[in-house]
Order: sequence, then structure tokens, then C-alpha cells
Amino acid sequence: MKKSLKKYFPLFLLPTLAAFIIAFIVPFVMGVALSFTEFKTVTDAKWVGFDNYVRAFTTDSDFLHALGFTSLFAVVSIVTVNVIAFILALMLARGIRGTNFFRSVFFMPNLIGGIVLGYIWNLLINGLLSVNGVDITYKTQYGCWGLVVMTNWQLIGYMMVIYIAGLQNVPTDLIEAASIDGASPLKTLFRIKIPLVMPSITICTFLTLTNSFKMFDQNLALTAGAPERTTQMLALNIYDTFYGRMGWQGVGQAKAVVFFLIVAVLAFVQLRLTGSKEVEH
Amino acid sequence: MKQKRMRGSTATVAVLCLLAALFLVPVVIVVINSFKSRFYISGAPFELPNSETFVGLENYINGLTSSGFLAAFGRSLFITVCSVALIVICTSMTAWYIVRVKSRFTKVLYYLFVFSMIVPFQMVMYTMTYVVNAINFDNVVGIVFIYLGFGAGLSVFMLSGFIKSIPLEIEEAATIDGCNAPQAFFMVVFPILKPTAITVAILNAMWVWNDYLLPYLILGTRNKTVPVAIQLAMQGAYGSTDYGGLMAMLVLAIIPIIIFYLSAQKYIIKGVIAGAVKG
Repeated sequence: MKKSLKKYFPLFLLPTLAAFIIAFIVPFVMGVALSFTEFKTVTDAKWVGFDNYVRAFTTDSDFLHALGFTSLFAVVSIVTVNVIAFILALMLARGIRGTNFFRSVFFMPNLIGGIVLGYIWNLLINGLLSVNGVDITYKTQYGCWGLVVMTNWQLIGYMMVIYIAGLQNVPTDLIEAASIDGASPLKTLFRIKIPLVMPSITICTFLTLTNSFKMFDQNLALTAGAPERTTQMLALNIYDTFYGRMGWQGVGQAKAVVFFLIVAVLAFVQLRLTGSKEVEH
Repeated sequence: MKQKRMRGSTATVAVLCLLAALFLVPVVIVVINSFKSRFYISGAPFELPNSETFVGLENYINGLTSSGFLAAFGRSLFITVCSVALIVICTSMTAWYIVRVKSRFTKVLYYLFVFSMIVPFQMVMYTMTYVVNAINFDNVVGIVFIYLGFGAGLSVFMLSGFIKSIPLEIEEAATIDGCNAPQAFFMVVFPILKPTAITVAILNAMWVWNDYLLPYLILGTRNKTVPVAIQLAMQGAYGSTDYGGLMAMLVLAIIPIIIFYLSAQKYIIKGVIAGAVKG
């Protein structure tokens, strides 16, 4: 099989490989190289060493602000999304009537794209704020909380589904044994259920974290960074540096490399954690 | 005891009903506003339409005709269907090749695919646009090919994970019966792959249909997709955004997703979990 398969290399491998090289490999290598140069178009690149990286962190205070804002946003989202999703999962894992209906409703927002999602919430939040005669771009707090509420609406159902799957894997005899031994429901929750769904918790935490860090469409549609770029997150800041400012493309590319390294480290930590936090039973 | 549990579950159902209503409200409000006159939307989105503000299907007709939304809709559908079909067929062949032909080359390739999953789009956005323009792939057909390149990472990863669990004997039997590699793949292996292929198709369909930045950068504003059309309609002329048309566009962008979801709910939830755990 292996021999005859090798003969068919052009059919089996070539289309994907060609697309992968054009869309990813070449742009990635070029991107890393260009982050050390100054350029307006890709062809007039001039080597400047680490200048772009220095400029990204020193002359451009927006980048550090975006990094801080994104981190803060990620922490708030992780806590709210996961706590609410876990409570919903606990309610739905008991097999009450209408479980399927509720699960469908909670999950549905997850399928709506970021741009559409952003404008739906833009309408709602501006509608609420219009009572005071302002809109979401009036204050940083408005945009910040708007992003958090929107992210909750989008991700809760998704995380809930993962938690339900985790909770259904908790052996019922363990919970029965605990209740015979006189454990309160709260004790059962903290001593049995939560330790046993630890893998799900790790997965959901990191999903929320990477989702928050990579968020672009929702940010663009809901606030577009307003007021004064204060609600601008990392991805939007990088986009803005590339396409909104002349002569800053090199800095934009350097920021993109930093962004990539942050996401890569997060992914690596997740990989290590998902292996080690699981409880044996 | 039993009664207590009953009462507990009634309370749970009540809380869940309330939350479900809260989850549905945003979409319902958009639908309601899509039937209101454009001047009564952004200021008062929570008011129900009355005889004065109700405009019937006017917003839908305006939204569809004025900004080329209908063409955008068709374009999005074309790109999504073609990309998903191409991704599923090509990456399952690639995954099979990588798993069955074990060499240093396929191993490196596999890790490159896995690596590409963690790279954020902003990292390659600028240079990718340059490359695509340079080779004249900046059109509706070219973007399908680019989606194959970007979708390859997750798809190859998920499919090759499944292929590793298929016993080699099945393929050997096919070879003994006189199948060559393509025959063995399409008649024996691909049917076995179907469950994972469906998962891969769903994940990619959701991504491509909702994607904004890639089509915006490659196709620009002339060949709009649905998300690009919505973004442009909103930015369009500042201060004079046609909110009525925008509401109609939002509803029309959501409808295919709802239909898709209701018709394949079981697979979608399963697929999303699989994608989450592995990605």
C-alpha cells in the first residue's frame, strides 16, 4: 500500500501542500523576516534589526495598553463565562425535562459570526444607553463591559456543552456513595464533581483565554476601539498599525510576532496542564 | 424527599426559562426592529413597531437591493460550499497519506500542520495578502484555495487522529482485491472517515461563512461577502447609516445559520466539542 500510495503523491498531497505553502508557510517566514525590517511594500524592505520591536513597546503606548486591556478582559471573561456555564451545566446535567431545548438555546449564539454578533450588541447597548443620551463610545467602561457581556452571550453555551459532557462522565455510584455517607450537595460538588471535571475546566479556561486574546471581529463591530483606542484589543491594534498608519508596517509585523509568541506560550502551557491536572479514578 | 426534589427541579426549570428568554432577546429584538422604519431603530430599539413605525418588508427590499447584499449572500454561499468540499476531500487524502506513508518528510509536514493551528491570523495577514495578490489569487475562486491552506491545519490534525485508529487490514484487503491507492481511498477509507469528515465540514463551514478579515483583505469591497457587506453598511456613510437595511441584513445573515443548526444540531454540538478538545 505504501509503495502504491507514494506513486500517487501528486494527487493525495500536492493540492493541500501547495495551498498550505502559499497561504501559510511562505507568509509566515516572510512575516518573521519582515519584522526586522522597515518597509512600505514588501519589496522595499530595509534591515533595521530589533528597531521595530523597540518601537512597538516604547514609542507606541497603544500597544502596551492593548496588551493590558486584552489581559484584563480575558481574566474577567474567563471567570464570568466559566462560572455561569458551569452552573448551567449542573442544572442541565440532572436530566430535567426540556434539556435539549435549553441546550439548543444557550448554544445558538456561538454559531453567529463575530461581525453580526458585534452589531447586534451594538444596537442593544446603544439602545440602553440612549436613555442617558450617550452611546457605547462615550466611556471606556461602557465598551469594556459591553465586550464582556457579548463574550458571555457568545461563549457560555459552548463551555456549558463541554461541562455537561464532563459531568456526565462522573460515575453516579460515586455520588450515591457520597450521599449515603451523608455528604451535603455542596460538599459533593466541591469534593467529587469539580475534581473529576478538572480536565473540562482546564479546556474551557484555555478556550476562553485564547478566544479573548484572538478576538477581532467582535471588537471591530462593537466599539472599533473607541473612545480613543482605549477599548482596542491586541488583534485590532495590530490591524490598525498595518493599515491605519503609513510607514508603520514593520512595527505592525513586529507586534504580530509578539502576539504570536504570546498565543503560542498559552497553547503550550495548556498542553502541559491538560495532561497533568486530570484526577485518576 | 421526592416532593422536595420535585420542587427543586421546578425552580431550576423556572430559572432556566428566564435565562433562555434572556439568551433569545437579542436575536428577537433584531428581528422586531427589521420591520420598523429606519428612523425608529437606533434611538428606541426596545419599542415594538406600531402603525406609524411598521414598514413591512421595506427594509428587506432596501437592504437586499441597495448595497448588493443579495450578490454578497450568493458569493458567501459559493465560497463556503466550495471551500468546505475542497477542504474535506483534499485534507482527508493528505491525512491518509501522512499516516500511511511514514517518512521524515510526512512527519515534519504533520507537525507543520499542527503548528499552523496556534498561529494567529494577524501574524500572516499582511504577507499573505501580498502573496495572494502577487499570484493573482485575489478573486472568488482563488480564495477557496487559500481557505484550503488555512483550514488544512485543524482538518489534517483531526482526520489523521481518526485514521490512526482504522485497522490496516481493511486497506490491505482492498489492495489484494485489486484496488490501487485512489480506489482504496475513495471506496474503502473515505466511507469509514465519514463521521470525522462531517465534524471537519461543520467546523470549517461555520468558520468560512462567518469569516470577515480574510475575504475583506483578499476580495476587498468589490467582491463583498456577507460579513464584509454588513461591516461596510454600518461604516458606509457616517451618521446616515440605514439601520433598517442593517437589521434586515443581520436577520438574513443569521437565518442560514439557524437552519443549518436546526437540521444538523446533533452533529454540530458533537463536532464543536471534538474541535474544542483537540484544537
